[in-house]
Amino acid sequence: MSSNGKNEKYVGRPVKRTEDPRLIQGLGHYVDDIRLAGELYVAFLRSPYAHARINSINTDAARNASGVVAIFTGSDIEGRVGNVPTAAALEGLKVPKYPVLALGKVFFVGQPVAAVVATSRYAARDAVDHIEVDFEPLDVVVDAEAAAQGGPVIHHDFGDNIAYVHRAGIGDVDAAFASADKIVAQKMHHQRLAPISLEPRGVLASFLPGEQQLTLWTSTQIPHLLRTQVAIMIGLPENKVRVIAPEVGGGFGSKLNVYAEEALLSFISMQLHKPVKWIETRRENMSATIHGRAQSGVAELALKNDGTILGLRYTVTADLGAYHQLLTPAIPTLTGLMLSGCYKIPAISMVCTGVFTNKMATDAYRGAGRPEATYVVERLMDIAAQELGIDPVELRRKNFPTPDEFPFATATGLFYDSGNYQAALDRALAMVDYDKLREIQKSDTAAGRLVGIGVSTYVEICALGPSAAMPAGGWESATVRIEPTGKVTVMTGASPHGQGQETSFAQITADMLGVDLNDVYVIHGDTGIVQYGIGTFGSRATAVGGTAVVYATEKLISKATKIAAHLLTTDEENVTFENGVFSGAPDDKQVTIQQVALAAHLASNLPPDTEPGLSATYFFEPKNFTFPFGAHICIVEVDRDTGDIRIKRYVAVDDCGKVINPLLVEGQVHGGIAQGLGQALFEEVVYDENGQLITGTLMDYAVPKAHQLPRYELDRTETPTDVNPLGVKGVGEAGTIGSTPAIVNAVIDALRPFGVKHIDMPLRPEKIWRVISNQ
Amino acid sequence: MIPSNFEYHAPTSIEAALDLINQYGDDCKILSGGHSLIPVLKLRLAAPAAVIDIGRIPGLSSISLDRDRLRIGALATHASIAASDMLGQLCPLLATTAHQIGDPQVRNRGTLGGSLVHADPAADWPAAILALDASITVRGSAGERHIAANDFFVDMLTSAVQQGEIVTEISVAVPAQPRASSYIKVAQSASGFAVVGVAVQLEIDNGVCVGARIGVTGFAPKPYRASSTENALKGNPITEDLISSAAALADSEAADAMNDIHASGEYRRHLTRVIAARALRAAARV
Repeated sequence: MSSNGKNEKYVGRPVKRTEDPRLIQGLGHYVDDIRLAGELYVAFLRSPYAHARINSINTDAARNASGVVAIFTGSDIEGRVGNVPTAAALEGLKVPKYPVLALGKVFFVGQPVAAVVATSRYAARDAVDHIEVDFEPLDVVVDAEAAAQGGPVIHHDFGDNIAYVHRAGIGDVDAAFASADKIVAQKMHHQRLAPISLEPRGVLASFLPGEQQLTLWTSTQIPHLLRTQVAIMIGLPENKVRVIAPEVGGGFGSKLNVYAEEALLSFISMQLHKPVKWIETRRENMSATIHGRAQSGVAELALKNDGTILGLRYTVTADLGAYHQLLTPAIPTLTGLMLSGCYKIPAISMVCTGVFTNKMATDAYRGAGRPEATYVVERLMDIAAQELGIDPVELRRKNFPTPDEFPFATATGLFYDSGNYQAALDRALAMVDYDKLREIQKSDTAAGRLVGIGVSTYVEICALGPSAAMPAGGWESATVRIEPTGKVTVMTGASPHGQGQETSFAQITADMLGVDLNDVYVIHGDTGIVQYGIGTFGSRATAVGGTAVVYATEKLISKATKIAAHLLTTDEENVTFENGVFSGAPDDKQVTIQQVALAAHLASNLPPDTEPGLSATYFFEPKNFTFPFGAHICIVEVDRDTGDIRIKRYVAVDDCGKVINPLLVEGQVHGGIAQGLGQALFEEVVYDENGQLITGTLMDYAVPKAHQLPRYELDRTETPTDVNPLGVKGVGEAGTIGSTPAIVNAVIDALRPFGVKHIDMPLRPEKIWRVISNQ
Repeated sequence: MIPSNFEYHAPTSIEAALDLINQYGDDCKILSGGHSLIPVLKLRLAAPAAVIDIGRIPGLSSISLDRDRLRIGALATHASIAASDMLGQLCPLLATTAHQIGDPQVRNRGTLGGSLVHADPAADWPAAILALDASITVRGSAGERHIAANDFFVDMLTSAVQQGEIVTEISVAVPAQPRASSYIKVAQSASGFAVVGVAVQLEIDNGVCVGARIGVTGFAPKPYRASSTENALKGNPITEDLISSAAALADSEAADAMNDIHASGEYRRHLTRVIAARALRAAARV
């Protein structure tokens, strides 16, 4: 038979998202849109203290409040609901017990202390104010470096606040630094960020006592992994738990987790035999949904005078917060993996100390450890270029591996699949006319204007990942089924939550089967329907999940070809399949895939020993990660009097391999740059010295808004990968990774007349003004 | 983010509203556009027994010209002020200020009267209201009174409107030179409120500044007239040098500066001078 995929009616084209009509009309169903008869509402009493002993909790008045059905505290459920799990398995990792409701002590502002169940959302919230808790405040440690050096010990049994020390890297770094002509070093801070998905978290749990079945609607990126964990936590057999991730309004990594509320609501529904719902408020979202980044460390680069890099060292403290959420300790290890950036660096070493602080846990936020690595490397490159008197573009180019050096082995233990870093950079440079730009910058500078050009070249690790490198499996699954009427159903174990795979997976399947796009329906996010899957994170859904769809479709076509040969009364070898039609030599009789599907279901005329039905499932295990890359260039002008930063141009050339749908890729890049820019310029989770969250609302936490963003000038290069048959690499996090250092590099470049080497993010105008005015 | 229980009333006359306000005393809040009140309720920073929605009282949102005065109903939204051709012609400072408030949703719901009574020290309106020397009309059960802009802002989140009173109208004299005006602000990156905002209304005769009113918001716990700057300008030929030296006095009236995670007092003080100079240049077209 013919090979698949040569018919590309949809793949590679800007097909409009099939998800959008329902979403933009407000017809989608998020957790809060699902209403069950008799549902009750939960509100939480959360800790107002960052660290305190709970001497007593008096719920009497609250129990008598109007509409209250039940109240649960930590001691009510002790031993009956398992602790919040962490999947990270690092050597020597200290794992504090993380009860779903605080027991004896609280460790961060926002930690759940008691849950009120009532007949309405208002009654539940009102009753929270009637619970009396005698908190005895304890000493607080907020600063990660202070926590590492001692400070009040948060989890007493451990003796100190150090959760782990992680060492990564290959090569003799000390020798590299000893033989260097030039060493540059810089302390850098990656501030704490809040992921801020448009839809906050939300949970609806419904237990049916007769069937002993629990259905859990929750806004998650990982329905299957969550099902396994919740089943263990509440002691129900996993096959009696159905997790449904309905419409999910964004996650950015924050919903790649198992949260206390998900298990607790399940437990409450089992106790009360009623559906119970909790929808996170924005204030809860700011304080009790995971944060991201929060690393602080010293990065050093050893070079020869000609710019050749010899080695890199990064000594960093990671602020983990009070407890481990699902992947908290693992995030900084991703930083360690990506410290080679897109350069040949023979020796690399990272020593990361993960520390407990009295704050919400950090975990995966768009990029998850990789933006930190890219930022460190790209800032060092600019600092080194400045100190060596080499143009930052030339320094980068000098240290790129050439396209024929791939697969490229890094001193962090990775093998970059494919790349052409020169091509992406050249394209970006051409788009801005870099040489001319530097000339203009000189005359601008002479005229007293502060114009800066920032370049960032990045590589990222996507398609997470081979199972050996993942805590809970790195494969992905797909089932493709053709119904008797010829309609095609695709079930993916990935759980897209805004990325648009309902469209892109339909494009892939429609092309392979030669059917109309509208005849393909993609189902995801329901463990009662879809075979086990891993989920959507780490730019993996298309590269791993899409590949599973390809292989499942191939399996299905293979079976359909057997049936077609039978119907065409010829041998399988004589059958070709194109545009949805099987043709059989020698007399070129034809049968459509829809006719084959009907025959497969009627089953009255099938080849011997053929299973009826037309369905195939494939679990795809990737043999490697993928490594997309790109070059971002940002041009800024700084207002000398106010320190305000204006982005004059923003150019991004990204290479995510082959593109299934350019609209989706562009959307990912736009959103990614916006969030990367947010980190560079505006965003910062701020706790005060008592561990109180200062940025508890969107009036103080600056999520970038449309008018604060530049016009994006985008282009792509396309370097395929052989890691998967689609040749795709992933693009979910690229914008976030490439943009932050490009913007910071541009601002520092603009401030060169003031001799400034580095300013920590976010680059608030006041910081810039202080540099300019030497205050 | 879930308010506590309150009674909701939507009177259709000022008299009925005043009756309700007197009935509840301190234990009620007046709802206009709701963009200040609703967040306060949702965060449970206020838990009044009743919310009196004056949004359905007819006649409180008109914009009209009465001889030489522009009269703007307290319920006029920021969007309607921004879109008013008459204000664009006769008092562009109002339109230009309205346009810089919040985002489209805020401008479509938020009202001039509601914003003024809330007296947020970082709101945009106070600067313009001061620069236009507006008069604020309030109604209470004892009748009507007029409060001069200068007397209106008492302290942070406190205006001169008394318990039992409702703002009904804001009026301003049509400026002699409507276009000799500007409002420039540095916006806080999260909220869009003014870190510092300066509104200027000038009168220039043959290159000489014969009238100057300057309102400053954002910098101090209450908005103020930059009188020192005004005095330095008046009677002098408008030049770049004059603007620079006059603007350098724009912070003199405020002893205490606001200070938060977005901007220190020191930086706000600096910005006040810089933005005052820019606003003066824009108004004077220098």
